[in-house]
Order: sequence, then C-alpha cells, then structure tokens
Amino acid sequence: MSQTRAIPKRVRTTESPAVRRLLIGLALVFMGLFLVLPLAAVFVEALKAGWSAYWDALKEPDALAAIRLTLITAAIAVPLNLVFGVAAAWCIAKFEFRGKAFLTTLIDLPFSVSPVVAGLIYVLVFGAQGWLGPWLAEHDIKIIFAVPGIVLATVFVTFPFIARELIPLMQAQGSDEEQAAQVLGASGWQTFWHVTLPNIKWGLIYGVILCNARAMGEFGAVSVVSGHIRGQTNTMPLHVEILYNEYQAQAAFAVASLLALLAIVTLLIKTVVEWKHARELQAAAELPPERPHDSASNKAPALAH
Amino acid sequence: MMTTASLAVPSTPAAPRRRAARRVLPGFNITLGYTLLYLSLVVLIPLSALLLKTFAMTWAEFWAAVSAPRVLAAFRLSFGASLLAAGANVVAGLLVAWVLVRYSFPGKKIVDALVDLPFALPTAVAGIALTAILADNGWIGQWLAPLGIQLAFNPKGIVIALIFIGLPFVVRTVQPVLEDTEKELEEAAACLGATRGQTFRHVIFPAIAPALLTGFAMAFARGVGEYGSVIFIAGNMPMVSEIVPLIIIGKLEQYDYAGATAVASMMLLVSFVMLLVINGLQAWQRRRHGA
Repeated sequence: MSQTRAIPKRVRTTESPAVRRLLIGLALVFMGLFLVLPLAAVFVEALKAGWSAYWDALKEPDALAAIRLTLITAAIAVPLNLVFGVAAAWCIAKFEFRGKAFLTTLIDLPFSVSPVVAGLIYVLVFGAQGWLGPWLAEHDIKIIFAVPGIVLATVFVTFPFIARELIPLMQAQGSDEEQAAQVLGASGWQTFWHVTLPNIKWGLIYGVILCNARAMGEFGAVSVVSGHIRGQTNTMPLHVEILYNEYQAQAAFAVASLLALLAIVTLLIKTVVEWKHARELQAAAELPPERPHDSASNKAPALAH
Repeated sequence: MMTTASLAVPSTPAAPRRRAARRVLPGFNITLGYTLLYLSLVVLIPLSALLLKTFAMTWAEFWAAVSAPRVLAAFRLSFGASLLAAGANVVAGLLVAWVLVRYSFPGKKIVDALVDLPFALPTAVAGIALTAILADNGWIGQWLAPLGIQLAFNPKGIVIALIFIGLPFVVRTVQPVLEDTEKELEEAAACLGATRGQTFRHVIFPAIAPALLTGFAMAFARGVGEYGSVIFIAGNMPMVSEIVPLIIIGKLEQYDYAGATAVASMMLLVSFVMLLVINGLQAWQRRRHGA
C-alpha cells in the first residue's frame, strides 16, 4: 500500500502525443504552403515548356549579360564588405572605446533602411540633380543608371552582413589568445592570421555566403539606380522583372530558377558550416582543460608521449 | 557586456598607464579609422544627402508631398499590412520554433535549414513565385477562385508576401531563447500541479516574450520597407494596393525628386525609430537572461 503511494505521479513536462503530432503537422503545413510551394513553383514554371526552352531563355544574350553583371557586382561588393567587416569586428570586439555601442548601431543601420530609400540616397548624391551630378557630367563619369551605381547600392544593402556575424563571435572569444601571441613575439599580422582567423573562420564563411546571396539577389535598391538598360545595366533580378512584365513568364522563371538554386546552395553551405562548427566545439569540449585549444589539426599529440 | 565596457571607460583617464597596458593588441587606430571612413562614405554621407535635401524644402512643400491622399493611403497600407504580417509571424514563428526545439521528427534538419529560405531567396523571385501560386490559374488560386476568394493583386497578397519575408526573423530570435529556457522550472511547475497550459502561460511565455516582441519588431520593420516581393503580387492600384516604396519609385520616375525625398525621409524616420525599439528590446532580453 505505502509502496504504491511512494511512486510519484508522472510529471508531465511535454505535451501529449496527439498534441505534439498536431503541432508538428501544423508547422509542416505552414512551412509547406509558405516556403516549399513557392520554391517548387519556380522550377515547375521554369521547365513548363521543356528543357530546350529553359536553355534558350538562359542562353539569350540579355540573360547572359544580366548574369555577368550580377557576378561582377557580387565580386566587388563582397570583398569590400569582407575587409570592412573584419576591420570593424577587430576594433569593436578587441578594444574598449567610447561610443562603441553607437558605432555598432550605425553599422546595423542599412538593415533597417528600405532598399528603395537606399537606392534613392545614391541618386541624390550622384544623380544628374544630385550633389556631384554637375561635376560628374563635366568629367563624363556615369554612376547612376550605370554599373558603378549598381555596385554602390549593392555595397550599401550588404554592408552589415559580415561585420554583424563577426562582432558577437569575436567578442565571445575575447582576446586572451591574441595577447598571448603578442607576448610571445608575434607580429600583428601573424597574430591575426594564425590565431584570430582560425577561430573565426566558420563565422566568416557564414557571413560571406549570406552577403553574397543578398548581393546577387538585391532588387529594390538596384532597381532605383539601374535605369533598366537591357544588356547593360540589368542584373538577374531586374532581368526577371522585365521578362515577367513582358508576359514571358517561362523565361522569367528560368532566370529566377538560377537565383533559387543560389538560395538553395547558400542554405546548404550554411547548414554544413553550422554542423562543422558544432563538431569543432564538441571536439574542443572533449579535450583536457589544461590544453583547451588543441584542435584536431594538431595531429594526435598523445602519440608523441 | 556593454555596461561593463561603459563602466570601465570613465576610470581610464585617471589611470592612463593602465589604458596603455590594456591595449597590447595592435591595429586599433587603423581598423577604427578604416571602419569610420568606410561607414561615412557608404552609409552616413549618402544618408545625410537625404536629410539635407529634406531640410532644404519648405514646411509647406514637405507637408504637401507627405500628406497627399495617395501617399497617406500608401502609409496606411504599408503599416497595416506589415502589422498584420508581423502578428501572423509571431504565431507561426513561435509554432515553428517550438516544434524545432522541443520535438523530434523525420526531416527536422531540412525544415530547420528551410526557415532561412526567405533570407536567401531574392525577393523578386519570391514575389513572382507567390504570384504564380495565388493567381486565378495558380496551384492554390485555382481552388480559391471558384469560391470567390482572391489572394493575389490586392492587399491580401501584400500580407502574404510579408509573412513569407518576415518568418525567419521571429523563428531565429525565439529559437535560441527557447533552447536556453530551464526545463527545471517547467518540471517544478508541473510538480506543483500546473497543467501544461498553465505552465506555458506562466512559465514559458514570460521567458520568451521579449524575443517574440523583438522578432515582431524586426518583421514589421522589414515589412514596411519591403519592395521586391510585394510589387508583383500587390496589383499596385493607387489608393488601394500601392505601398510606400512604390510611391517613391513613382515620384522618381516623374523626376519629382523633392517629393520622393520627403516620403523617403518619413520612411527613414520610421527605420530609425524601429532600430532604437529593436535595440531596446534586445537589451531588455539580455538583462532578463543575465538576471
């Protein structure tokens, strides 16, 4: 009698299986309707008229020019923001100074500015009516409705991506290891290259691929400064818009499918990066506390003994 | 972290030696200098062009541009649709985050990766894909059209596009907080006789409320400025389904730079306010977790 009473009543800290299944079902239906269906629609619409029509849409000279311009834009914007992101993260995460919180907020600013406003501000600086307009016209330099404007607008909208990924990561890691390297006589570059970079590499890769995806896919800001000259100032997203508005839906979706593939690859790389990062953290946690940073790359130090 | 930093700074002028000792790492001046230079060139100077252009207008000009009925209708639509979408995202985002953190089911990793799709998929692609699905001959639209329901080419379509765009903001802010909540508290509540519903309302919900609000604010801020995914599905009828960013584009196409600037400066103001709100919410969340 007393024994049965001693057995505690089962404490419920999760939902009943029925509720659990219902919630999982609801979440999957929502994700399916809002995320999977649009993604699938892009590829189905692109291949509606068969593979040859698909290739024709991609081989068209204007489409090729748009692809080239998109690649050029990303190839300029991403490295610029990469250098900035590392520099900003270094001074914000490793040093204390007045106004740091304010500086961090300013770096985030382009995230909250509407893409259309981002395009507009460059028109106000470089456009015909803008601050530098007359001077640029005099020297025959075209920025708005030309490639430089597209690159500038892209740099603006992708500005915070890498810095934002690196700052919290480097803050969490502190600067003990870098200080140790300095005491041991390493130069600044050596310290960064051999101590900091290996520690932040996953965050860096993650930031770069997100920055790249946004750079290649930006629409609103680029649309304001581009001028939509076919074959010259059309990026891939703008080319998709033009085709779509000309009722060439199949061709529009064909070009869009390349951008959708880019998104899928981005998500794949992101998942792999997170997975690798988690594995490294786990490996580090299993090491003895007196050598917490021996990574797997240090080739089995136990064998030396 | 910020508070300890700001506490440490006032003490340094009195002890300059200590300050020098703390900066053993090189590269402070050059990285800070480069950061400020690049920030000024890319962000601050172009943004100040917008502000200066706005201040060069007379109050009457500014007011006329901002308070035109068509512009006011666009503001009402942009704010209304963004609020609705952000609200829907709080419910859907909490559901998705909850399922991903608390339960295990086949394909969970794929679902988790898929949450970021709206970040990775170019907005124009999302726009035409959603339109293709919801148009009268689309996969979903063809079933709704006979019922007299039209989701594309009207404000409903705008809300749907903004739900798509805003989802990851809520999921990705709530998910880590939900992972960190202490299971012990829930067990204690259950031991004390609370039902699962009571535990959720009084134990779990207060812990994740700041994150939910942050996600809501982020989704709202993004929604107000969103352009690419919306214009294809909106129908873009003046006074009915024309969003604020489209008003700016329209004014630019008519070479009405002053009008475009006035409307854009209002949007910039909203961005600033939302940025401050989000920062405040995140600070609140950090304090909650620190305590």
